[in-house]
Amino acid sequence: MVATTRDALVGTGAAARRRRIRKITGRIAVVVFAVATLVGVVVLFALLLQVAIRGLPHLTWDFITGYPSRFASKAGLLPAIAGTMWVIGFTGLISFPLAIGTAIYLEEYAPKTRLTALIQMNIANLAGVPSIVYGMLGLMLFVRWMALGQSVLAAALTMTLLILPISIIASREAIRAVPRSLVEAGYALGATKWQTVRQVVVPLAFPGILTGTILSMSRAIGETAPLIIIGGLTYVPFLPGVDGLAHAPLDPFTVLPIQIFNWASRPQAGFQDLAATGIVVLLVVLLAMNATAVFLRDRRQRRALD
Amino acid sequence: MQIGDGLSTRPLARKRARRLEETVLPSLLLLMALVSVFTTIAVVVTLLTEALSFLRQVSLWQFLGDTRWSPTFSDQHFGIWPLIGGTMLVTVIAGMFAIPLGLAAAIFLSEYAPGRLRRVLKPLLEVLAGVPTVVYGYFALTFVTPYVIRSLPGPFAEANIFNALSAGLVVGVMIIPMVASLSEDAMVAVPRSLREGAYALGATRFEVVTKVVVPAALSGIVASFILAISRAIGETMIVALAAGATPKLTANPLESIQTMTAYIVQISLGETPVGSLEYQTIFAVAMVLFLMTLAMNVLGHYLVRRFREVY
Repeated sequence: MVATTRDALVGTGAAARRRRIRKITGRIAVVVFAVATLVGVVVLFALLLQVAIRGLPHLTWDFITGYPSRFASKAGLLPAIAGTMWVIGFTGLISFPLAIGTAIYLEEYAPKTRLTALIQMNIANLAGVPSIVYGMLGLMLFVRWMALGQSVLAAALTMTLLILPISIIASREAIRAVPRSLVEAGYALGATKWQTVRQVVVPLAFPGILTGTILSMSRAIGETAPLIIIGGLTYVPFLPGVDGLAHAPLDPFTVLPIQIFNWASRPQAGFQDLAATGIVVLLVVLLAMNATAVFLRDRRQRRALD
Repeated sequence: MQIGDGLSTRPLARKRARRLEETVLPSLLLLMALVSVFTTIAVVVTLLTEALSFLRQVSLWQFLGDTRWSPTFSDQHFGIWPLIGGTMLVTVIAGMFAIPLGLAAAIFLSEYAPGRLRRVLKPLLEVLAGVPTVVYGYFALTFVTPYVIRSLPGPFAEANIFNALSAGLVVGVMIIPMVASLSEDAMVAVPRSLREGAYALGATRFEVVTKVVVPAALSGIVASFILAISRAIGETMIVALAAGATPKLTANPLESIQTMTAYIVQISLGETPVGSLEYQTIFAVAMVLFLMTLAMNVLGHYLVRRFREVY
């Protein structure tokens, strides 16, 4: 038996040599693993740096409040920003109750039948369907069949279906995190199931549900492909609601990612710079949303635990 | 403390309200849950009806047998293989890049990294997963192709401005967090007793990882590969911006190709009349795409469930 590591490494026998090789292999491995982990981080920083360098110089007030144009120096982002807000606003409104309702059903009410298992497996599968397929579903179902046209509402319904699986999964986790003891205390005091759900489970799970919804909406903001299929236009010189606010949900629209895609696809360097500026705006919006989600979650979690 | 909503003071009315809550509400919630089932059915029905309508005009034999894809040209060919080939070329490159790096990152984060480092690196990797794909596409087109690929010597300097390599590498970067986080979940689930038994027998940390932890977590790790590949196959914007719009069967990553997803985007943005045969091709392509990703997702989820049950 060896008494110290040094004794193990010192020596000229075959066993000692093997131990040294194993030790050195281990040291090299750590470096390799660490470097591999850093590759992704380095690429992320390179990306952010490049976008900032090309895009920040053009980030002017005129750009944010302007309309698209054939001339790169005059083009603006306002319809894209407005379109994004309209679409995401409606998406949130529609998907929030649906996600909570489904999550409550699956966690509190669903019997352990095959139907329930089917629903759960189905949701997991839906989360993996490529987003472009959702776009095609939205095209046939909302744009054509429901005759909503290439409108804000059709886009919002499509995005709802897209983010519903991840919203449901996040809401379920939030509901599952509610301590069972509190729920059972509700029942012990004579409350019915709905009373317990409404007054114990939902208030306690709410921060988690809200965070999950905000995160899934931030995923929706970055989605391009489904909205292109729906018919998000690439040249929109007006804002939704230009014919009256009540008509806005049925208006054509464009969103930030589509505008970025349009500019990035053009060969002129001026438009490529504008694409970078659009990306800066998009990333700022995403950062704000994610920071809000995390902040809300941390703040209410601290309150709930008091 | 008062339980109940106190809507009315008459006990009978309260009872009636409560009975309504307890009977109507669960059904309402079930209806909401069924929206997800309806979504799947709607996807299948939509793709199937349009794809079948397409196949009534272009035989399955042509679709699967031809090796050229040119529905919008006067010399029409409807062989799906160039699009599948383009998708697979990008996906293979992405996988070769992301799978080793993602697994290595997972190993580093779960077995080696001290708590503080882990708390910084893990969220950074999550950020990678949250970047919109159109941003990645822009990065591939304006940075990776000119400054990374074309600055290399030899054939790389002559690479097309649109090429599969650039898109493949960036798709790889995008899926690294997926491989890393799912593999890490699998490895963290391995019981400490197995690890400590190996240490007790004199194994180094590297040996514990490679000979005990990774084999024990293997089904979960493989599941992470499969799910990440499925994600890469379904990716649209990176390839639409950086890989090109020329469907061709080639193994040369420096050439411009077209993936299934990029083709669908191209037709949708174009002037093809709705309802025409050329337009219906996008549904046939989408059906193939859907079936491929569905098969991989089902397999991946099955493997994840399997590793969860073992312990």
